Amino acid sequence: MSDAMTRAWLGYARKNGKKGIRNRVLVVYTVKCAEHVARQIVAEARDGDVELVGFDGCTDNQYAVNQLISLIRHPNVGAVLAVGLGCEYTQPEWLAKIAADEGKPADWFFIQDAGGTAKAISRGVAWVRDALEALQQVPRVEMTFADLVIGAECGGSDYTSGLAGNIVVGRFFDRLVDAGGTAIFEEIVEAVGLDWFLTSRAVDVRVKAELQHTYDKALDYCRHARQYSISPGNFAGGLSTIEEKSMGAVVKSGTRPIQGVLKVSAFPSRPGLWLLDSTPDPYFMDFGITNPSDNEGLTDLTASGAHIVFLVTGRGNVVGNAIAPCVKITGNAETYARMIDDMDFNAGTTLEGAETMDACAERLADMVADIAEGAPSKSEALGHREFHIIYKYQDKAGCRMEEE
Amino acid sequence: MSENTAFVIDRRDNVATALNPLEPGEVRLLGDAAASFTVISEPIPKGHKLALRDIPAGEGIIKYGIPIGHATRAIAGGSWVHLHVMASNYDERSSHLDINTGAPKDTRYE
Repeated sequence: MSDAMTRAWLGYARKNGKKGIRNRVLVVYTVKCAEHVARQIVAEARDGDVELVGFDGCTDNQYAVNQLISLIRHPNVGAVLAVGLGCEYTQPEWLAKIAADEGKPADWFFIQDAGGTAKAISRGVAWVRDALEALQQVPRVEMTFADLVIGAECGGSDYTSGLAGNIVVGRFFDRLVDAGGTAIFEEIVEAVGLDWFLTSRAVDVRVKAELQHTYDKALDYCRHARQYSISPGNFAGGLSTIEEKSMGAVVKSGTRPIQGVLKVSAFPSRPGLWLLDSTPDPYFMDFGITNPSDNEGLTDLTASGAHIVFLVTGRGNVVGNAIAPCVKITGNAETYARMIDDMDFNAGTTLEGAETMDACAERLADMVADIAEGAPSKSEALGHREFHIIYKYQDKAGCRMEEE
Repeated sequence: MSENTAFVIDRRDNVATALNPLEPGEVRLLGDAAASFTVISEPIPKGHKLALRDIPAGEGIIKYGIPIGHATRAIAGGSWVHLHVMASNYDERSSHLDINTGAPKDTRYE
């Protein structure tokens, strides 16, 4: 194994046996009406480890509730405050109970009971300060790449994404899987024409059927919409077909066997490489679209337990994530130079012949270990803490088509 | 990078990707290329593909070592490979798009 992949660092031990690379207080709002109060609690706590997530809808949605629960159970989260208005369907009390069952300091209240905006904010800020104190006592434990879950997606792609950015991620994912870690890739709508390639890598016949089912569902979705995940800008930039764009996207999965398909908010049940399916399932209300934004994709990867998320971009992007540090990787050296304050990693070196792909993957592994050890990613240092939780329908939170 | 340069991803590929705007003449090949140079016959925009050899009509366009579509007419080695000479095996709509801008021509604006 290479030097970078043998690195170890101290993480945070959680009651469920998982290990986190951050120790964050999560403030969760349960309806849009509670967002301002929750957001002010985070702002007034003035601590980089206090984060906001929430669901806007007043009517609850199983998909969205599952996602909040998975973020609460995420190993980077140490404590949870759930804030509701007082008349919504989503129940902050039950969310706080899930956090408490995970051994995390937890509390909840309704703004109506707390006496309005100002009183609710001061109550929340006081609780968060106590929680930050309590989190100092979380036991530290040695972590290696075998403990890490890393998710990857791409956004703002150009011709370099499939030549360098996604390829270096694929090489790194091979190393991560070989080291006993867990890698998650998504964007099945960008695997058109590649069902044979994905199913040939299935770990067993059942996973092969799962992958085919997931692919067929996504292709059916594209056929009905008469729209594939490729845009005028992609064609103008030299991509000629969805298959070409797809192969450029799928290479970020590397070459190792695929362990199974995760639906959103399901955690992988064992290490290795997994496909995350964020395509909605057929449903009479038809709500939910596949990739509403890069932030939704990153939130989905985090809800599957990703400690760190990769965003591969050609044209450039600035976003981060509330729970998992976001590492922005570009294969475009010009984009890297132009947006140096936001871009974490330049894989464009490989296109100039200045670095081999293996050396580039090794450099990425070192950066991942630095960030796992506590060094902030660029978006983390800039205060980017995006999340995007939407109404969607999926058959089951669990990943399997059939019962275990 | 001012000289003519293109990138070959897989040894089996019959196309390479332009790393800068290419003018007719010699092109240096980086990546997993079988040869270190090729010759092109027409200008090719950055990020677009050039044929590494003659590709008969109907044959697969190979990139990443796999077919990314098929040739809709015979393509001469050294020429530009895009929507005017190739098409997706899946996406019917994309063969109607404008070759330079990618803009759709099958939606009416009136």
